Amino acid sequence: MIIKRMTQMGILLGVFAIIGTAILAITHEQTKERIAENERNVLLRNLHAVVTPDSHDNELFTDTIEVTDAKLLGSKKPVTVYRARLNGKPVAAIFSAIAPDGYNGNIKLLVAIKADGTLSGVRVIGHRETPGLGDYIEAERSDWITKFTGLSLIQPDERGWRVKRDGGNFDQFTGATITPRAVVKAVYHCLQYFRQHQQDIFG
Amino acid sequence: MTTSYNTIIKDGLWDNNPGLVQLLGLCPLLAVTGTAINGLGLGLATLMVLVSSNVTVSLIRNLVRPEIRIPAFMMIIACFVTAIELLMNAFMHDLYKILGIFIPLIVTNCSILARAEAFASRNKVSYALTDGFMMGLGFLLVLLAVGSLREILGHGTLFQGAHLMFGPEARQLSITLIEDYRGFLLAILPPGAFLALGLLIALKNIIDNRLAQKTSKVIVAETSAVTAN
Ligand SMILES: Cc1cc2nc3c(=O)[nH]c(=O)nc-3n(C[C@H](O)[C@H](O)[C@H](O)COP(=O)(O)O)c2cc1C
Repeated sequence: MIIKRMTQMGILLGVFAIIGTAILAITHEQTKERIAENERNVLLRNLHAVVTPDSHDNELFTDTIEVTDAKLLGSKKPVTVYRARLNGKPVAAIFSAIAPDGYNGNIKLLVAIKADGTLSGVRVIGHRETPGLGDYIEAERSDWITKFTGLSLIQPDERGWRVKRDGGNFDQFTGATITPRAVVKAVYHCLQYFRQHQQDIFG
Repeated sequence: MTTSYNTIIKDGLWDNNPGLVQLLGLCPLLAVTGTAINGLGLGLATLMVLVSSNVTVSLIRNLVRPEIRIPAFMMIIACFVTAIELLMNAFMHDLYKILGIFIPLIVTNCSILARAEAFASRNKVSYALTDGFMMGLGFLLVLLAVGSLREILGHGTLFQGAHLMFGPEARQLSITLIEDYRGFLLAILPPGAFLALGLLIALKNIIDNRLAQKTSKVIVAETSAVTAN
């Protein structure tokens, strides 16, 4: 008797599970292309915030390499570098670098460096800094992040690549020095990496 | 307890509001209400889940034996949450990114299981649907109120980021209430969520007390009129 009941209920739960799985499988099928396209669009929007669409003529998604440098690129894992070219000639390299020492952990950046070693642009694409304190690094919140454009390892010199509190050229935010310090350091490291490896990146 | 549409509506929106009275689902309520639009987004997602799960649970209420009702309900809820997560990812991608982990976490919002168990599994479909909708709406309104309060105090704006939800034309929905506002950090940080919710609950209690006093006065007046006769 009790065995029969148990079997019945087991079967019933099983049927529910199958129906549920079927519904999810269908939803997944129906949405997966759109989701992938959304993600591509978001990435492309971010990439085109740091290199203008008309400065290159290649497909940024496919022209990539993976590089690893725990010290200069902020991650032990491989970091993707997107390469922008015009008529086959290198225009800029876009690093998806990480600033590992934000107030709340990793800050994900896109750092675009032109072939001549100057910055084409920097954007924050992911972070967990405190809203209202550390989120001024977002382009929507303030123009702080756009001040990097045009700078290089020479301009300013090494001592300038710090926040003002540490004697450098970059503004900190009121009550929040850790976040901008982390971003400035990561961008500087990225420029150093680019100088050392430019040949291999565009090779 | 007699069930009628009136009591269901009043329960969901006021008397038994999930956010203000049952205090269920506080984790998302406190976590995502930094701005009005974020609150609205999570509120809508929760509302959709509540309606779908209530209707489904009510449809199969005579099929499911009491012993397996909890796993069955959980399966239904988890299934709808995942489906809605996929749909939001596909059709409201930017908002989806902001709400992040809190969409899958709707599964753990106990007000959803509570409505399935306490209401939908004992009532006919039309009641269960109304209940799901009204409870969801009640929760949404609280999320929206807490979010608006925190956004106004914290940023001096309202409906910032409306375009994430309603498309680029909605940009003009965002209002800057206070020009050159320096921001009030406490409102944006997690303690601000507790304070805002506390204020709302206090406000509700004040209103309830006033109403109760009024009705008791009326009753007293009536009884004294009766005794005077
Ligand atoms: C709750 C809380 C959150 C904070 N979040 C950040 C942050 O996201 N970024 C940041 O740089 N500093 C943040 N701070 C401040 C840092 O602890 C530190 O005091 C500050 O960065 C140092 O800035 P100062 O040298 O200008 O005083 C936060 C402080 C508190 C209490």
